[in-house]
Amino acid sequence: MGDFSGPTWTIVIIIATLGGIAGLWLLIVWQSRIGESDQKETTGHVWDEDLTELNNPLPLWWRNLFYITLVFGVIYLILYPGLGSFGMLLKWTQVKQYEQQIAEAKARYGPIFEKYLNQPIEQVVQDPEALKIGERLYASYCTVCHGSDAGGVIGFPNLRDDRWLYGGTPDAIETSILKGRNGVMPGLKAVLGGDQGVEELTAYVLSISGRNVDAAKATAGKTKYGVFCIGCHGPEATGNQQLGAPNLTDDTWLYGGSPEAVAATIANGRNGVMPAHEEFLGKAKVHLLAAYIYSLSKQ
Amino acid sequence: MTQAETYNYKVVRQFAIMTIVWAIVGMAVGVYIAAELAWPALNFDLPWLTYSRLRPLHTNAVIFAFGGSALFATSYYVVQRTCHVRLYAERLASFTFWGWQAVIVLAAITLPLGITTTKEYAELEWPIDILITVVWLSYAVVFFGTLAKRRIRHIFVANWFFSAFILTVALLHVVNSAAVPVGFWKSYSLYAGVQDAMVQWWYGHNAVGFFLTAGFLGIMYYFVPKQANRPIYSYRLSIVHFWALVFTYIWAGPHHLHYTALPDWAQSLGMVMSLILLAPSWGGMINGIMTLSGAWEKLRTDPVLRFLIVSISFYGMSTFEGPMMSIKTVNALSHYTDWTIGHVHSGALGWVALISLGAMYYLIPRLFGRELYSLKLVEVHFWVATVGIVLYITAMWVSGVMQGLMWRAVNQDGTLTYSFVESVQAMHPFYVIRFLGGLAFLAGTVVMAYNLWKTVAGAKVVEAPIPVPVH
Repeated sequence: MGDFSGPTWTIVIIIATLGGIAGLWLLIVWQSRIGESDQKETTGHVWDEDLTELNNPLPLWWRNLFYITLVFGVIYLILYPGLGSFGMLLKWTQVKQYEQQIAEAKARYGPIFEKYLNQPIEQVVQDPEALKIGERLYASYCTVCHGSDAGGVIGFPNLRDDRWLYGGTPDAIETSILKGRNGVMPGLKAVLGGDQGVEELTAYVLSISGRNVDAAKATAGKTKYGVFCIGCHGPEATGNQQLGAPNLTDDTWLYGGSPEAVAATIANGRNGVMPAHEEFLGKAKVHLLAAYIYSLSKQ
Repeated sequence: MTQAETYNYKVVRQFAIMTIVWAIVGMAVGVYIAAELAWPALNFDLPWLTYSRLRPLHTNAVIFAFGGSALFATSYYVVQRTCHVRLYAERLASFTFWGWQAVIVLAAITLPLGITTTKEYAELEWPIDILITVVWLSYAVVFFGTLAKRRIRHIFVANWFFSAFILTVALLHVVNSAAVPVGFWKSYSLYAGVQDAMVQWWYGHNAVGFFLTAGFLGIMYYFVPKQANRPIYSYRLSIVHFWALVFTYIWAGPHHLHYTALPDWAQSLGMVMSLILLAPSWGGMINGIMTLSGAWEKLRTDPVLRFLIVSISFYGMSTFEGPMMSIKTVNALSHYTDWTIGHVHSGALGWVALISLGAMYYLIPRLFGRELYSLKLVEVHFWVATVGIVLYITAMWVSGVMQGLMWRAVNQDGTLTYSFVESVQAMHPFYVIRFLGGLAFLAGTVVMAYNLWKTVAGAKVVEAPIPVPVH
């Protein structure tokens, strides 16, 4: 199927459009010819015993309304694109309109954000006006995943606590937003030798944070931890912020802390994606967002 | 010439009764999903009860089951009576009844199971689409066959509209539903990307224009003059607005795709043609309402006529609102908001449902040779339904405009004033009002079903002889 944009199509569209509008005009003219004299007479047709028709003239106001819309249509099509791929007088396009509005908004609002860019985040945090802007940016761009209270949901970290996958310093937070993050936990079911291995490792992982588990299973799991997990989560299981590997000794569980959820994480792995926002929002807005999120974790 | 021959009322009766049954089913599903939007827990975490699956069931049930049955019933009745002949190919007519009911039952099974093409108002999968095509072509054979053997040379205006509706819906359905099957219950559209979107809305808008407008104008042109016992206002006006309407509607689809990947020229053209559509639409309204001129007092005493006339007023209102909403700057506010839902329902409840129900009040007693059981109950139905419509559409107007304004509101720093969830929260009270409006409308229809039941219970079917044409 073609894309209907070649010169032939343009001609077809112009003929059909203008021909159609002219046809409508002629239709009104043709049926307006008849005078008012026959107003009270029926057409003489009778259906179903008593169905008849009068032949009143077209109401004047209605006829004029019709003409006005036709005239408006032609004028609009001369000013705006409509006759195939012709640009027409105003050279309007929706892409141009969008770019223009974005440029206007940048010129108008840009300086409001940019004035904080050369202040360190520790200083921005002291400015209630800046935090207010940060809060609004958060409401627009972050709530869909992290929640309107920044409390997070399964798979999306809580931003109000002091536990950080990639670090909670102002710089680390800003980098997370600017560049995005990819957290990868590989699925281990195969290398663990199936469900039993997963179960044992789950028992051990839960035991690290002091949960009650089957001791024999946990012991078996500990060996597996030393082989498969230690590289990212560390010998103390406190995680590694360079890799975004979570601390397993606390009670924070990004994908749920129930035995079933932990087992699912171990067996099938997880992929956490925080998208990069540098191009989308620009440095100045991200700076304010980072300050706002930093302020949340300090409350 | 002897006139022992009678009209085929059997198929008309079948469709007329199913019109009432499907009205209640379709509206009940609508009320349920309206309640789900206000109180989401009502889906009980069952996939078959989620809004996403019941919403297409609602739209299919009210448009094609209720509206469709009403159109079959009235067009079969009108074409026989205004051509003074018995229905052509009666076994085929009987097939259209059972075939159409089969389509509806299949829709009611597959949609809750999540089997869908995802094309709005064309969700049914390809095997059902083929059955629809077969039924529809049979319908065309019966209708045009009857028209061809008419005993009056001049074709009555209602039949012009029924003809346009039958022909165009066949074309729309076949083109839009063209798909490549990959399994018995799964297919992919023949079109891709923005072309798929354009074909979809060419179909979607003309489903409104021909199924829900031209067909129901056919109903208006027969039942209004009959019930009012007045001649139609202007033959000439019907010529102009018929041709202008069927020509212009076909172009209006792109207004559903403003500010999308659709090329600018197609968007502008859709908007221009939508504005031009105002006068042709109002031509129908004028012809319907002015038919009553000189007999206005009948509105006071005849609640059935009131159904018909108020429906035409709603038709005029929504066909004014539609062109306004197609203007790009208005659409930038209204698109994707509840305003659209309000607009659709002022047409669907106010126009399509009221005129269908009014026609059924006329038709069903005549098919069974009885008088209506209670005019008082018709009166009750009228008021309950009207209050329901007003609650529904005003709630959606307020909610829609509010949504549009909340989404575009910005603070002094250019950030959005409201997060999305705040606009959802603000909609809640209006969702409750909409639910109540829908519930009232449904309640009115239940009153009607009771009234008609009392009317026809124990009655014998009528075999109406075909009268000799007047000339």
